[in-house]
Amino acid sequence: MLKALLARLNQGHRTAVGIPEALPDRTLGRPRFQPVRCAEGCSECARVCPTAAIVPGQTLDLGSCLFCGECARVCPHGAVRFGRSPAMAVRRRSDLVLSGPDLQLAEALDEQALRLFGRSLRLRQVSAAGCNACEADVNVLGTLTFDLARFGIDFVASPRHADGLLVTGPVSRNMREALLKTWQAVPAPRLVVAVGACAISGGPCFDHEQTCGGTDGLLPVDLYVPGCPPNPWTILDGLLRLLGRLEGPEAG
Amino acid sequence: MKPEILSYPEFSKKLAGRHLAALMGLPGRSGSVLMVAVTTPGAPSAGEEAGACPPGGLQLPATVVEGTFPSLTLEHPQAHGFEREFFEEWKVRPEGHPWLKPVRFPQGQPGLTDFFKVSGEEIHEVAVGPVHAGVIEPGHFRFQCRGEEVLHLEISLGYQHRGVEKALPGASPARSMAYVETLAGDTSVGHALAWCRNLEALAGIRVSARAEALRAVALELERLANHCGDLGALAGDVGYLPTASFCGRLRGDLLNLTGLACGNRFGRGWIRPGGVAWDLEPVRAEQIRTRLAGIMRDVRQALDLLGRSGSVQARFERTGILTREAALELGLVGPVARASGVALDCRRQFPWGPYLDPAFPVCTGLLGDVACRARVRIDEMEVSAAFLDSLLAHLPEGPLRVGMRAMAPKAFSVSLVEGWRGQICHVAATDTQGHLLACKVVDPSFRNWFGLALALRGQQISDFPLCNKSFNLSYCGHDL
Repeated sequence: MLKALLARLNQGHRTAVGIPEALPDRTLGRPRFQPVRCAEGCSECARVCPTAAIVPGQTLDLGSCLFCGECARVCPHGAVRFGRSPAMAVRRRSDLVLSGPDLQLAEALDEQALRLFGRSLRLRQVSAAGCNACEADVNVLGTLTFDLARFGIDFVASPRHADGLLVTGPVSRNMREALLKTWQAVPAPRLVVAVGACAISGGPCFDHEQTCGGTDGLLPVDLYVPGCPPNPWTILDGLLRLLGRLEGPEAG
Repeated sequence: MKPEILSYPEFSKKLAGRHLAALMGLPGRSGSVLMVAVTTPGAPSAGEEAGACPPGGLQLPATVVEGTFPSLTLEHPQAHGFEREFFEEWKVRPEGHPWLKPVRFPQGQPGLTDFFKVSGEEIHEVAVGPVHAGVIEPGHFRFQCRGEEVLHLEISLGYQHRGVEKALPGASPARSMAYVETLAGDTSVGHALAWCRNLEALAGIRVSARAEALRAVALELERLANHCGDLGALAGDVGYLPTASFCGRLRGDLLNLTGLACGNRFGRGWIRPGGVAWDLEPVRAEQIRTRLAGIMRDVRQALDLLGRSGSVQARFERTGILTREAALELGLVGPVARASGVALDCRRQFPWGPYLDPAFPVCTGLLGDVACRARVRIDEMEVSAAFLDSLLAHLPEGPLRVGMRAMAPKAFSVSLVEGWRGQICHVAATDTQGHLLACKVVDPSFRNWFGLALALRGQQISDFPLCNKSFNLSYCGHDL
């Protein structure tokens, strides 16, 4: 017992106070996309993109982007640059399709929904062919570094105890029914959070017949968190914005 | 190396006493299928000094099959899963297979299949999944119980099937890297490494000593993070919260070291064909080394608490025993097999770069219970930490990446990497143009799931979470 107390003292207080403004130097945060810089006929970025997320001179779809950074590396014109801000979650799928440098970050739920969920949000997580990276970075929110419960957010075992679903993975055909049944078991009103490129667009498996290409068209998604996997800070940032706990301009 | 085509009886004989790393099909002439086995030497006998697994000795026996063939499983139980997979993929039936069931349900309706049933007045059945209670991947577990005691557990997966293996040969280089890095997301480095080493072998290029060293750094950091997380989760499953919460945080700190090196906490984007994409300049290498030393201090303290707690050890010891014989018969791999006394480790058997050390320690256990599986992970963390400490202090010079060349036509390559869960086997074959014709991926989980089913026999059903965690297998790595 004494040893445990000593260890507790030794390990110290590790809970982070706020969301950092910048991720570590090599980590790719929110990109700045400036298609006006694209040269006519150049398609270097599209050639190296694993998920066809970028249309030269037009759009960059953060919902498909795996944040490998290859586009920024090969672009001779600096049309894509990755910043270090973790804030990237949005409320509408179309907001992830960038056609310029601006990104409309997630707004808070409406007043009625905030009254219901604002101080206590219970989520049931469903991995629908997630590779266990998004799952790991969702799980990590429960560790003492992030201490998700201090914001009133928790994961529960039964969908009947949940206020919504947090979905990861491209939704394999073999998980489609289980996902929909879990959704039906959540009492309304209910939320859906799609975490990671797979859950948003299918990720690397976007056009496979074995997957449904993400949650879109299957469930009404309230929050999209891009990344492969999203950094835990990105997920937390998104959840807090959804609950109106984080406002104002994003960092970085 | 090329597969050696043999008659069926000779082929079957060639498997005796060997470890079956993979069994795969290649399209043959006029509707036949060439069945290729990848085998490595079997484990040294139990009496020999631990860590005596012999280096090298890969064999590729092959045979032509059509329509049906006599099942290998009866003589070589480790072929059971491979044969089920082979049947699902090639529609060639292994006659006499004891339980020829779907593996991944590529036609849909996962879980709709026969299950082994125990009958009797006191018998009850418990079905769990696909959606589980925690934040984990989906799968279905069917227990046959008498009271609390589990008589039999059957695991039915396939819910995570994404068609990745099939899509690999035709994918663009960028997309195939994304596929292998998400094959099993917690093993991004292991699979990326196995994949790249095959491409490099087929193209006939050698990566630099520096790139090999950085790849080893990535692989061992991945092992450290996952082993640390597993040990914390084991503590959590017996309700020992100090170690559970310390290790949960420390696992994140270890992932952050990988993030510091390449930007991605899972090592995605670090390993690329021809070498690595990110260097560790001296300051960064030293920063990682210092932070690792600090993390390991905290890890030791957290694990010391775990070891000293009598109530924890009482729950770990003699729970979920997997005998050495069972582990060998089923061809189990990784820390799970080593905890049962199977001294096989690819870092010793097929070493490269910084692993070319004939004394590289192989950590084993004797009993094959949860306590041994925890112990092997603890020992392996120490080995990896010491290895990283000296490697980071003396990174060899050399280019990060060498240019890829065209791959040889009609060539065959096998890559074996010791991921944190065990042996990762990738096989790649090229066609007459030097394009990828077929790829085979064997995640360690493909074998080890059956080990979990066996370890549960005679256990209390309430010990399932603990046993499951002591294996901690990948669902998507199995379902591909």
